[in-house]
Amino acid sequence: MQSLDVQKRSATTTASPQVRVAEEPVAKLIDISKCIGCKACQVACMQWNDLRDEITSHPGYNNPVDLSDQSWTVMRFAEVEGKDGRLEWLIRKDGCMHCEDPGCLKACPAPGAIVKYANGIVDFVSENCIGCGYCIAGCPFNVPRISKKDNKAYKCSLCSDRIAVGQSPACVKACPTGSLMFGAKDEMVARGAKRVNDLKERGLAQAALYDPPGVGGTHVMYVLPRGDRPDLYGLPVDPKISPWVSLWKGITKPLLAIGLGLAVLGAFFHYVTRGPKEEEPGGKS
Amino acid sequence: MTNHWVDIKNADLILIMGGNAAEAHPCGFKWVTEALEHRKAKLVVVDPRFTRSAAVADYYAPIRVGTDIAFLGGVINYMLANNKVHMDYVKAFTNASFLIREDYDFKDGLFSGYDEAKRSYDKTTWAYQLDKEGYALVDETLENPRCVWQLMKSHFSRYTPETVEKVCGTPKDQFLKVAEMIGSTSTPDKVMTICYALGWTQHSKGSQNIRTMAMIQLLLGNIGRAGGGVNALRGHSNVQGITDMCTFSANLPGYMVAPTDADTTFADFAARRTPKPLRPNQMNFGQNFPKWFVSLQKTWYGDAAVKENDWAFDWLPKRDGAYDVMDTFERIHQGKINGFIMQGFNPLAALPNKKKVGSAMAKLKWLVVIEPLKTESSEFWKNYGELNNVKPEDIQTEVIRLPAGCFAEDPGTFTNSGRVIQWHWAGAEPPGEGKSDREIIGQIFTRLRAAYAKDGGKFPDPILKLTWAYANPAHPSAEELLREINGRALKDVTDPKDPTKVLVTAGQQLPGFAMLRDDGSTACGNWIYCGVWSQAGNNSARRDASDPSGIGNTLNWGFAWPANRRVLYNRANTDPKTGQPWDPKRAGIRWTGSAWAGNDIPDIAPALGPDSGAGPFIMTAEGVARLFSLGGMAEGPFPEHYEPFETPLGVNPMHPNNPKVVSNPAARVFKSDMGSFGKADEFPYAATTYRLTEHFHFWTKNVELNAIVQPVQFVEIGEDLAKEKGISNGQMVKVRSNRGEIKALAVVTKRMRALDCGGKKVHHVGIPIHWGFVGVAKPGYLANELTPYVADANTQTPEYKAFLVNIEKA
Repeated sequence: MQSLDVQKRSATTTASPQVRVAEEPVAKLIDISKCIGCKACQVACMQWNDLRDEITSHPGYNNPVDLSDQSWTVMRFAEVEGKDGRLEWLIRKDGCMHCEDPGCLKACPAPGAIVKYANGIVDFVSENCIGCGYCIAGCPFNVPRISKKDNKAYKCSLCSDRIAVGQSPACVKACPTGSLMFGAKDEMVARGAKRVNDLKERGLAQAALYDPPGVGGTHVMYVLPRGDRPDLYGLPVDPKISPWVSLWKGITKPLLAIGLGLAVLGAFFHYVTRGPKEEEPGGKS
Repeated sequence: MTNHWVDIKNADLILIMGGNAAEAHPCGFKWVTEALEHRKAKLVVVDPRFTRSAAVADYYAPIRVGTDIAFLGGVINYMLANNKVHMDYVKAFTNASFLIREDYDFKDGLFSGYDEAKRSYDKTTWAYQLDKEGYALVDETLENPRCVWQLMKSHFSRYTPETVEKVCGTPKDQFLKVAEMIGSTSTPDKVMTICYALGWTQHSKGSQNIRTMAMIQLLLGNIGRAGGGVNALRGHSNVQGITDMCTFSANLPGYMVAPTDADTTFADFAARRTPKPLRPNQMNFGQNFPKWFVSLQKTWYGDAAVKENDWAFDWLPKRDGAYDVMDTFERIHQGKINGFIMQGFNPLAALPNKKKVGSAMAKLKWLVVIEPLKTESSEFWKNYGELNNVKPEDIQTEVIRLPAGCFAEDPGTFTNSGRVIQWHWAGAEPPGEGKSDREIIGQIFTRLRAAYAKDGGKFPDPILKLTWAYANPAHPSAEELLREINGRALKDVTDPKDPTKVLVTAGQQLPGFAMLRDDGSTACGNWIYCGVWSQAGNNSARRDASDPSGIGNTLNWGFAWPANRRVLYNRANTDPKTGQPWDPKRAGIRWTGSAWAGNDIPDIAPALGPDSGAGPFIMTAEGVARLFSLGGMAEGPFPEHYEPFETPLGVNPMHPNNPKVVSNPAARVFKSDMGSFGKADEFPYAATTYRLTEHFHFWTKNVELNAIVQPVQFVEIGEDLAKEKGISNGQMVKVRSNRGEIKALAVVTKRMRALDCGGKKVHHVGIPIHWGFVGVAKPGYLANELTPYVADANTQTPEYKAFLVNIEKA
C-alpha cells in the first residue's frame, strides 16, 4: 500500500518509504470466549477481497475446510473432552497472525514480494511473488497458500487497504458478537488482559492472551479461555521461525547466490563459446 | 418477546432452551455476550445437542427431544420445594390465591372434560369459583386446597429430579445444577431471561412448553422486569409483523379472534370477545374490543360500514372450521381446494411430510407462485431424480410464476422479535420483470374488482365496497399502507369526560389506540400498531439511539407496539404496595405519588396507583397473570408432559398405564395421518430438525457465499451411535422415517450423546434443514421428507422437532 510506510521488504536492501508521521502499531484481538463460529468474518473477507472459494462436498461446520488462496480466514472447530467428561467445542478463527518478526518475509527470496508496514501489518505484494513457497516454510502458523490459478502466495492482508483509509478490517466490521476487535496494539493488549481477568473471575483459571514472544509478538492476538493449551485450538504453543529460514538467510543464501553467480557466468561462457540458440526450422514460435 | 433484544443485556442469568440463539440469531446474540461481559451474567444452555450456544455457555445440560415440559415441571417442583419463589410478586401479581371450581380435576394424565372422539376438552370446569357478582373467590393465605397455589403444588410434585432424569435423560446432578441456577433468580435483585425459538414451538405441545416457562418466570417474579420476560426469538426478520397483521386465518389484525359460524351478528360476536371483569377495580383492557374491531371495519369498508349494517360484519368470512396451513393442505389433499396462491411461501420445503404435500399440490388445477426466485414448490412437478421423483406427465397443475422483488428491493417495515417496528428503505429496484408484492396484490385486486363490477356475482359487496383509496390503486405505496394501518380520525374525536374538548381533529392521524372509538368516528387497520404513523410522522423511521434509561429502552428508535412500550407488564417491575422498583438500578417505571412514569411507557393507566388495586396484567379480566390458565389452552390449564407423537419410549413415563395419554390427547392430528406415524421398533432413534448459522431457511442455498461456507447436506450423530451402526465421519447415510427417506453425509460428533431414559438408551439424529433441489449449494433432500404431519392444538405448528427415524450406511 503506497499510503502506508514500509518497515521491511523481502530480499531487498534499498531503503523503504519512511516519510510519514509515525504510524502506531495496530492489532486485531480475537476473543474466543465470545466467538460463536458464525463465519460472518469469513463471508465478509471473501466479499471485501473479491474471493470465492469452492462449493465443496465436505460436510459439517469446518467449511471451507482449510485456508486457501480464496479463503484467507476459516473457522476451526475442535471438540475437546475434559477430564470430568464435560465437553468443550473450541472454535477458532484461523488466518495470518501478522508476526512482528515475520518468518515469511525472512524466508522470501523475491524482492518486495512481502512487506511489513510500519503499523505491523505483513502484506503479500502479489505482483512480486515468484511462487517459490518459501513463505510457507517460513511461517510458524502454516498460513500462506499458493494459488493453483496464478502460482502466487496469498493470505490475510489484515485489510491493509481498509486500514490505510481508517477503516477496520472487514472481518471485524462483520463480527456480530464483539469477538473481533481492532485498534492500537497496546490498547488491544490492555483489552485482552481485561478479558483474561474477566474469564479468570468466571472460573476459567487458565485463560490467557496469546501474543507469542517467539515471533516478537503478533498483530493478531487471541484471548484463549484455555490459555494453558493453545494446541487444543490448533495453535503452536511456542511458535518460532524455523531454524532453516535463518540458515537460508544467514549462510545458505550467500552460498546460493554464489552458486547462482557461477551459473550465470557459466551461461555467459557457454554463449561466448557456442553462440545464441537458433530456432529449428519449422519449430514452434 | 415480552421484552426486547437490547434488554437481554440487563439479565443476570440467560437460559437458552428450545432454541439456539448463537446459531440462529447471531446478531441478537451480541446482547448475550454484552450481559456476560458487563453484568457478569451466566449463560445456561439446555439442548439435545451441544450447540454453538453451548460452546460459549457457563453450563450445558442435555435433554431428550420433546421432554421440555418434564424438565421445566421439575424446575417448578424444585422451586416450590426449596422456596425459590418471589412470594410477594406471586401473591400480588398472579392468580395463585384464586379458587378453582370443585369439579376441576386431573386424573391419569387427563384433565376434566375430555372428549376422546373429538380429541378436545370441554373446558367448563377449568374455571374460578365466582361470587354473586361474577368475581373470582380468592384465599390470600394460599391454604385453601382449591386455590391455584395448592393445585399447582400438587400437580408438579410428581416432577421429581428422578422423574426428570427418567423422562428427559438429563442426569440428575446436571438437572439440579440448572434448577439451582434458575432458582437463584427468585430474589428481587436477580433477574433471569429465557430465549427460546422453534425448539419449543415445533412440538405437538409447543404452546405448553412456553407456558411452563412463563409459569417459572412468574414464580421467580421475572415478568415485566428489565432483563427478564419470556422471549421468543423470531426466525424471520418480519415474522413478528406477519403474526401481528393476521396472516393466520383464525385472527384479525392485532390478535382479535376472527368470527366463526357461531357469530351470526355483530352483537353476538362482540359479546363473545369482550371479557367481563373477574375481579373488581381491574383495567380489563379487553373490554375495548368493540373499539378496535369497529375501527378495523371502518378501515376496510369506510362509509359502507355503518351501525345500521353491523359495521359490515356480514362481509367478513365466518370460519366453519380451521383454515390454518396444516388444515388447508389437508383440504387440498382431499381435493376440496383446487386453486392456490403462494406468496413468500415454499410449502413443499416448509411443511411436514413432503410426500403428502407434493401429492396434494399435484391435485391443484392451478398454482400461482409469487417469489423472487425459483423454489422447490414452484418446481414440485419437475423430476429431480431421487430428490423429487415425480412424473411430470401425471401432474396437470398449471403453475404460474410471478416474479417478485425481495425485501431489499422494497421499502416498508420490519417488526422484530422485540415488537419494534422499523422502517426500511429500498436498496435497489427488482431486476427484470420483478414487481413488488404490493404491486402484484394491487394488480390482482383491481382486476378482480373490475371483474365483479362487470359481471356481478353471488356476493360482490365485500370486494366492491372494500376501501382501496390509494393514489395508484394498482400499486399502493408502503407509506400509504402504514398510514392506513395506524389509522385516522374520520370525525372529530372528543374527550369522553368532556365532549366539547376535541382530542383529534377529523382527518388527522391517530396518536394511539386510546383514541379508538366504537361509534364509527375512527379508522385503524391494526389497533396494536396505532401510533406508528401519528401526526408526528413515520415513527417507525426514527433512528435516535440515545438511551437516557441506561437499560436500552431507546424510546425514540422506531416504534414498539403497543404504544411504544418496550417491556410488557412493566408495572410488575415494582413492589405491589409502594410502586417502587424491585431493583432501582434496573427500573422500568415507578409510581411518583401521582402517576406512573420512568424509562418506559407504563403498561397501566397512568393514574392507577398502588392503592387502586389494579393489577399489572391488564390483558386478563382479573388483572393478574394466570398460573392456572383457565380455558386459554387446548390441552389443559396446567402443562403436563406428553410424549412426541413418535416416541422412542412407546409409553408416557408419567402415565405408563394410560395408553390414551402417551401423546398430547388434544393435539391436532388428521385421521388420514394416524397411520403415518412410526414406532420405535422399526425407527428407534429420536430425530430433530434445525437450522445452521450459515443458511437462512431454504433461501440462501441460492447464494454462492452461503453455499461456500455450508455447501452440502449432512446429518449429525453421536460417536456411540456411529460405532453401533459402523458409520464413519463423512460417510453417506440413509435416514428413514415412516414417511420417507433422505441421504446425506454423516457428521459424527461428541456433541450428541446417548441419553439414559429410565434404563432405555436414546440416541439422537440431528437433521439440518437447509438443502433442497434448487439453488447453488450442492443439491440435497428436503428434510421434511421425514417429518410427521401433526401439530400443536393451539397454534397448529407442526412437530418438526421430535420424531423417529432409522439410520444406516447408504
